[in-house]
Amino acid sequence: MKKFHGIAALVAASFTGAAIATADENAELVINGDIEIVTKTAAPAHLSDALDEVMSGWRFRSDQTQSMQMDDFDNPGMLGAENGAEIWATADGTEGKSCADCHGAPEEMAGVKAVYPKWNEEAGEVRTLQMQVNDCRENRMGAEPWGYDKSDAIDVEALLASVSRGMPVNVAIDGPAQEAWEKGKEIYYTRFGQLELSCANCHEDNYGNMIRADHLSQGQINGFPTYRLKNTKLNGAHSRFKGCIRDTRAETFSPGSPEFVALELYVASRGNGLSVEGPSVRN
Amino acid sequence: MAKGVKPRVKVPKSASAGEVVTLKTLISHKMESGQRKDGDGNLIPRSIINRFTCELNGKMVIDVTLEPAISTNPYLEFDARVDEGGEFKFTWYDDDGSVYEESKPIAVS
Repeated sequence: MKKFHGIAALVAASFTGAAIATADENAELVINGDIEIVTKTAAPAHLSDALDEVMSGWRFRSDQTQSMQMDDFDNPGMLGAENGAEIWATADGTEGKSCADCHGAPEEMAGVKAVYPKWNEEAGEVRTLQMQVNDCRENRMGAEPWGYDKSDAIDVEALLASVSRGMPVNVAIDGPAQEAWEKGKEIYYTRFGQLELSCANCHEDNYGNMIRADHLSQGQINGFPTYRLKNTKLNGAHSRFKGCIRDTRAETFSPGSPEFVALELYVASRGNGLSVEGPSVRN
Repeated sequence: MAKGVKPRVKVPKSASAGEVVTLKTLISHKMESGQRKDGDGNLIPRSIINRFTCELNGKMVIDVTLEPAISTNPYLEFDARVDEGGEFKFTWYDDDGSVYEESKPIAVS
């Protein structure tokens, strides 16, 4: 009987442990008690064969990590957005212009993050938000372009994401963008590396399960740029793709490469309907 | 002085007498541990916030010693009982001798 009690206690203890480690997948996210964020919604039509519902990575994180994103003061990613706001208002380059000189206050850009990556008719290519910012820097400001996913670029992206929070992600996948979207989809379902894993193997077939100590999410990028507790900085979607592909023990593409631009468009389209959430907090 | 250091605090504007309020503080600081090496193998010298204090009307609320294992942008949240209105004074002490200060008033209704 005594032994039985011991086992019961052990079982109880491990349940408590599990409750701390795993996330509350039914929690609702409201930022600053004001901005309501859609973290779970019906999957977009193009995903109907694969998923019924799409869920933000926020739902897969622990209570503590979730709560950090519910107040801007607690969200370390907002430090990046704050720095981004300073960059936004500072003149740079040979033209002596700042972002604000043409675009006005950052709040004027609300909704922009939600529709990127986006087809650019003049350039004849799909562009990410960072590519568009760099185009402005080179051609309108006469400034040096920023390195992809490097600190200044990511801080401005975080600023632009922060003013779009609560708006639904809505990237166009038809028309001229379709070719890039198809390419991104192909990459998503291609097995890479010595471990022969595709994005879908983890984030479509096994989300919600544990891969060793990691709780697999759907790999949505509506929360990017993301402040990761593991490296205490803002991370771009391309850097995250690179990390994931590296983990399959493959040679990765580079941040900013056409492959990752296509993949970003495809992955963003999988989250059409979720709210823009960046800068988010993840582990 | 370390680059990009900026203290931030969040204090309720008012409280009832005797109420326990929650204070949130964050200082952006790189908190270099002194354990890391640069690309050439030289030790990067330690540069951290080593002490934080909070006073209400000159009376100590909390006095914290911070150690090198504390990560970047240290965030501290704590409670204080407010018996009378006045001013919270927050002070951060940097390894390099810099002292960063911030203060916020609180009214008692």
